[in-house]
Amino acid sequence: MKAGSRSSQLIPWLMVAPFVVLFTVFILYPLLRSLALSAYRSAGPANSAFIGGENYQFLLSDPLFWTACLNTATYAVLFVGLQLPAALGLAIALDHPRLRAKQVLRAAFFCPHLVGAVFLGVVFWKLMGKDPGSLANSLWLPLAGLFSAHPQPLNWLGDPNLALGVVVVAALWLSVGYSMIYLLAALQTVDRELYEAAAIDGAGPWARFRHITLPGVAPTLLFLLLVNTIGALQVFELPYVLTGGPGPANSTLTVVGYLYQQGFETGNLGYACAIGWALTIGIMAVSIAQLRVTRLDRDST
Amino acid sequence: MKRDSGGWLASVVLHAVLIGLAVAAITPLVWLVLTALKPKADLATVFVTWDGLGRLGLHNFSELFAKHALLAWMLNSLFLACTQTVLTVLLACLGGFALAKHRFAGKRILLWIMLATMMLPAQAMLPASYELMWKLGWLNTWQAILVPCSVSVFGMLLFRGAFAAVPDELLQAARIDGAGEFRLWWDIAVPCVRPMIGAFSLLAFTGAWNAFIWPQVILSDSRSLTLPIAATALMGTAEGETNFGLVMAITVIGIAPVLVLFFALQRDFVAGLTSGAVKG
Repeated sequence: MKAGSRSSQLIPWLMVAPFVVLFTVFILYPLLRSLALSAYRSAGPANSAFIGGENYQFLLSDPLFWTACLNTATYAVLFVGLQLPAALGLAIALDHPRLRAKQVLRAAFFCPHLVGAVFLGVVFWKLMGKDPGSLANSLWLPLAGLFSAHPQPLNWLGDPNLALGVVVVAALWLSVGYSMIYLLAALQTVDRELYEAAAIDGAGPWARFRHITLPGVAPTLLFLLLVNTIGALQVFELPYVLTGGPGPANSTLTVVGYLYQQGFETGNLGYACAIGWALTIGIMAVSIAQLRVTRLDRDST
Repeated sequence: MKRDSGGWLASVVLHAVLIGLAVAAITPLVWLVLTALKPKADLATVFVTWDGLGRLGLHNFSELFAKHALLAWMLNSLFLACTQTVLTVLLACLGGFALAKHRFAGKRILLWIMLATMMLPAQAMLPASYELMWKLGWLNTWQAILVPCSVSVFGMLLFRGAFAAVPDELLQAARIDGAGEFRLWWDIAVPCVRPMIGAFSLLAFTGAWNAFIWPQVILSDSRSLTLPIAATALMGTAEGETNFGLVMAITVIGIAPVLVLFFALQRDFVAGLTSGAVKG
């Protein structure tokens, strides 16, 4: 049954054929088509006019696009920068040998991840409401009362300075438990005897963390860094549900949000494709940069 | 002796901090369920008062059934998520077997192209995919969701990995007994990768159940909506009025199935999540 005879070629092809046909029609074709489409100005799928590279030219001078890029970058840095340390801290704490009820705690931290982003958005939309009785304000008002005689409730989702932060908090709530599960799994692979040996040699908790734990989970951390950054750069659902998309003063307008707005609300599919390709290039550039930097870092240690 | 008492204190602090954080982690869900059960008059209190406890009930759910198409939305979500899961798993499982256990012309190119598309953000193709659906006349149809979404390159590669671990001798023995390749796949190889089928099914189901942007673009008829889209649509109408209890009730229905699946099949779930990761 080695490759060569005609029948041994036919059967594997029959097996992959359903997948390959659908893959070609619904993934490869749209991929190539979106490249072509980005050279058109369109009003809905039925009306479009060829304009060459104008979409890309316009994109570079479109202030809303740059606002969306800045918001997305800010979101990604805050989200990843807070999520990984939080997840690692939780994983290490849950890995403590003396901890009781590990299963229950682990399930409690993980179960937010099962909530779909849209449903979570619906919940946080009310939890972070501007009325004084919302959960966020009923925590904030007593706190603010310590510093001022007349504390004001905050309009969390309506204030351009706060809205993106709320999106980050919601995203963290959704995903810290997920990264934690990966890191917990990685911690199991670190040799316990190393810790004992280091303790005998007089290494403190920080030295043990820096020289045993961190190198042990580094591959998993790198994987999570890449995956979470790629995910964060495509954020759409949370801001869409929490603030309706652009949010106050466009402060929660993200790149995919702008793509959605241009493609499906304005109907300019061509311009939306151009935004999509800009996003693709951006994500690839960031991923390559992250791989480079982390590899350099590993070589130096 | 002294070290031991220090360890004891640290252990208490550790437990206190973790329990506090765990409570904070599930507070939004507790709030959600309580709010969904509250009558309109009690919505002003954040959680629930002692005498409000007796007024909790299912009135929001019955209102959703009576005044909105809740039953249709639930059935739509269930039908789409289940069908999509079965299709995705079948396609990936059959193809993954051929990729792992057969040599055939074009295999390397196929793998290479699949890997390359995995690097591209799916969202970037959204406008072109939408145009394709329009050309096919599939807008506002089920097949526009079921067919394109059942192609999972990630799943295909997962199954390729799982089948690679099935020993060749096992398959060879069955071939000598005269089993055809499709029989071999179904009778011998598939039972060997059952854990992967469980884990990937859960992953595919959760993804399909929570899917938003694509169904939102495709589905426009109010009776054909899925639960996430119906929830945001209700949210829009609830902006002015005070009864967001209704919105929270539909959200509970949207979250519950996945949570139930998780607690029933915890082990498979976690295995599925981490199966794509590099081993630490």
